[in-house]
Amino acid sequence: MPKDTGIGAPTRRREDVRFLKGAGEYTDDIKTYGQTVAVFARSTVANGIIKSIDTSAAEAMPGVLAVFTGADFAEVGGNPAGWLINSRDGEPMKEPKRPVLAHGKVRHVGDAYAAVIAETDREARDAAEAIEIEIEELPAIIDVKEALTGDNFVHDEIGTNQCFDWGWIEDNRAATDEAIKNAAHVTTLELVNNRLVPNAMEPRCSMATYKASDDEYILHTTSQNPHLTRLLISAFVMGIPENKLTVIAPDVGGGFGSKIYHYGEEALVLAAAKRIGRPVKWTADRTEAFLTDAHGRDHVTKIELATDAEGNFQAFRTETYANVGAYLSNFATATPTFLHGTLMAGNYTVPNVYVNVKAVFTNTAPVDAYRGAGRPEATYSLERVIDKCARELGMDPIELRRKNFIKPDQYPYASAAGLEYDAGNYDALMDKMEEVADIKGFAARRAESEAKGLLRGFGVNAYIEACGIAPSNLVGVLGSRVGLYDAATVRVNATGNLSVMVGAHSHGQGHETVFPQVVAEMLGIDASSIDIVHGDTSKIPFGMGTYGSRSLAVCGSAVVRATEKIINKAKKIAAHMLEASETDIELKDGSFTIAGTDKSVSFGEVALKAYIPHDFPLEDIEPGLEETAFYDPANFTYPSGAYCCEVEVDPDTGKVRVDRFAAVDDFGNVINPMVVTGQVHGGLGQGIGQALLEAARYNSDGQLESASYMDYTMPRADDLPFYTVDHSQGTPCTHNPLGVKGCGEAGAIGSPPTIVNAVIDALQSGGKNVTHIDMPLTPHRVWSAMNSA
Amino acid sequence: MYAFDIETPTTIADAVAALKADEAQPLGGGQTLIPTLKARLAAPSKLISLARVADMQGVSVAGDTLRIGGATTHATVASDAAQSYPGLAALAGHIGDPAVRNRGTIGGSIANNDPAACYPAAALASGATIVTDTREIAADDFFVGMFETALAEGEIVTAVSFPIPQAANYQKFVQPASRFSLVGVFVAKYADGVRVAVTGASEGGVFRWTEAEQALSSDFSADALKDLSVSADGMISDLHGTGDYRAHLVKVMTGRAVKAAG
Repeated sequence: MPKDTGIGAPTRRREDVRFLKGAGEYTDDIKTYGQTVAVFARSTVANGIIKSIDTSAAEAMPGVLAVFTGADFAEVGGNPAGWLINSRDGEPMKEPKRPVLAHGKVRHVGDAYAAVIAETDREARDAAEAIEIEIEELPAIIDVKEALTGDNFVHDEIGTNQCFDWGWIEDNRAATDEAIKNAAHVTTLELVNNRLVPNAMEPRCSMATYKASDDEYILHTTSQNPHLTRLLISAFVMGIPENKLTVIAPDVGGGFGSKIYHYGEEALVLAAAKRIGRPVKWTADRTEAFLTDAHGRDHVTKIELATDAEGNFQAFRTETYANVGAYLSNFATATPTFLHGTLMAGNYTVPNVYVNVKAVFTNTAPVDAYRGAGRPEATYSLERVIDKCARELGMDPIELRRKNFIKPDQYPYASAAGLEYDAGNYDALMDKMEEVADIKGFAARRAESEAKGLLRGFGVNAYIEACGIAPSNLVGVLGSRVGLYDAATVRVNATGNLSVMVGAHSHGQGHETVFPQVVAEMLGIDASSIDIVHGDTSKIPFGMGTYGSRSLAVCGSAVVRATEKIINKAKKIAAHMLEASETDIELKDGSFTIAGTDKSVSFGEVALKAYIPHDFPLEDIEPGLEETAFYDPANFTYPSGAYCCEVEVDPDTGKVRVDRFAAVDDFGNVINPMVVTGQVHGGLGQGIGQALLEAARYNSDGQLESASYMDYTMPRADDLPFYTVDHSQGTPCTHNPLGVKGCGEAGAIGSPPTIVNAVIDALQSGGKNVTHIDMPLTPHRVWSAMNSA
Repeated sequence: MYAFDIETPTTIADAVAALKADEAQPLGGGQTLIPTLKARLAAPSKLISLARVADMQGVSVAGDTLRIGGATTHATVASDAAQSYPGLAALAGHIGDPAVRNRGTIGGSIANNDPAACYPAAALASGATIVTDTREIAADDFFVGMFETALAEGEIVTAVSFPIPQAANYQKFVQPASRFSLVGVFVAKYADGVRVAVTGASEGGVFRWTEAEQALSSDFSADALKDLSVSADGMISDLHGTGDYRAHLVKVMTGRAVKAAG
């Protein structure tokens, strides 16, 4: 029987009541007296020198209050990269300035070079169209390999398009090369991890208000991490003191990574609000979202897998070109390196791993972390080459993986890519997957498909990822310029209900439901009396926000620590009230009891006493009942999983239909299984979207050809199968108090190679010697591959 | 969107008169025009909505002919033509999504002649007659090229008359993102022969595949197509498929339409 409250209960998401009724309050819903509108003028060419900008006609148009150009921000700071990567030769990465508005040069289609503030949206748009700009167009730099030849640079001041050339682990390079040279078998695969547009349902939106009397700013914005945004604006870009800037991220309609970052539009509305003395709001339209949200993935990789004659893995070696776009977004340098290279040992006891990543500037939108962030790229490379290897060796793909799995008695396990895995059981996941997916029935299902003229394929995948981002001391050594702890304040109000202020931000994750389950379990009280406060820097402690499946593992741990402090103090108060020793007080079912007696006081009575301390021993106990904790994890967490799927391919058209999909994940302990299932479903949808449908495609002129839903294929319900999801095989994380690992990205990490492996299997079953197709596996690509095999 | 005025006449005569105004543009269901306006890609000063013109509404059958008013929505065709011309009703029922089908109209679709739209294939394969405020135009003469028709400036499609076939079917292989047809083939079998019209594939817009028509007129089976092939010359090549692929799909979808038509 599942519990109906507390930890482990499939409690329905309380936030859904307002979302499903259309009562959520998003940034664009917030209307302020005197509000004005900002509209940006954006480059229609990918690369060019700004020869002149004339804003005079725009400034004279009706309703126009101000016009800004890059010159207005020439003196303010650049939007920085949050992670310093050093190249193999020890040289630090190249960090060209990312300005608020393009100045001197435009570097991608959509690059904003001016902004108009006007009374109405139409007036602002009319004026933006009236800005005259003369641009000397230069050839667009689009292809990552071509970008590293020649003398046409995205940023002339650095004299190269290479941001860095990173080796991981450089000291392992020679041994890896040697292992590959001497191996009985080497499988080589060249592949592209396709570029994606995040497509949050709510486009980005920012509204700034300036209060001249106090020289204070309030920024409402679509952010996954309001404190990080404030820090970037204050310390790097605008120089506004942190105590004069409040950042509020209210309800946010999805982020998937794209709303982690600080964008120039946020700085612009702040500057504009001060100049005109009125609130300024900018809301992206969908075209702006396509052109300017940080994109995801975009790796070009060659991977080699060396094995001995029996299929024991000897080495993985990769060479990757990672497109970072025109400017470094805040985590653009961490994503292809420490969130990718460190996972390149997978779930396996491979002794040698060497990863080389060249990050390359191009005239495209910035590329940064997108659901999974580096781990999908690692998993895809590994699990595709392993599948190819199994076929070459004539081995069963499940058996080849099992043969090389780290075994349960090997933890903690130091992987060849530099991480220490704390817990896992990959064979148990594979066992469960084989059971729930009814693998035994595959042959009969294949025969049925063939009778219909369709090719059925089976694909399997095992993944590991690193979540709970991240131990500050470790990431500091690796180049992070920030810490990655999180924070929580638990405030017990006098009447016994609780407000829990958290640094994590909920934009679809279900924090408002899940965090109270944890606190309720610890205090033995009803979760309905606990509310979460998040998203407002004036209300919450300094937390680093939500990404990297970190909310529960890191911020949830801070909630636990703060709640423990509450319990300790409440016990003191209870002991005083019961005239007993603090060490004799037990908390059970919401009451404080003297052990071995029936003398007790309720949690509510203790709360009231904390705020009406008439007879307190003030030398021992302070009034009030409110505690804050910061939690910095000791290690990453390591969710893992075994996925499989079956597809049907129509050989006449190349169309792929996903018929079945089973995802068996180890998320450690599960607080709310329904929320976890929902997270897996969402991740699978995005991963299947990447595998079959989605592609951000620039042409050689740097125009984004898939810049609308007419050409960018989002997954729809009828593209997706019913899923079999299981998370019964959890091995608790050993180093955080909840034993949780994180579930937000797993589906997007594990599914793309599963799908591609299945399609290759289907084509092979039809006698087509196709060994690889680059994602997305559109009907045309599959048909073309079949007809050239 | 730029500012514009809108008129909503209720008679064909009033609509035609209103369209004589400078820069006036007819508005059908708005499923193409409104997104175009929102993107500021067009700036008509005046829109003349045809949605409330009484004589352009609804589906009626007279003998072997199905007549559909120009302002009839796809949803209405999907339900009201289901008995008389099921192949056409099924086509209408799979255009876009429910929101599109409840707004978009047959007249708007035919007049716009998007090279990937569904209705032009049905009209051409059925040998339909396009009725305007001034004349009747055979479908064979109406569809001139991509986004081009025989309509004169200010002329509106008031109705489309479809001879009802013995059997018909439309097979749409969708462009995955837009779900317009990447290749759509409408096959209609009449007493005097078979007509096959293809949409989505050609740079010239909807066209008849005459070799297939001849083969199917003597043997209405997918097998009759097996020795035929479609040239990739003039086929659309884009993000979603090359000309070769589209040419191949024309044959595949034609075979499937014949099978489904029975």
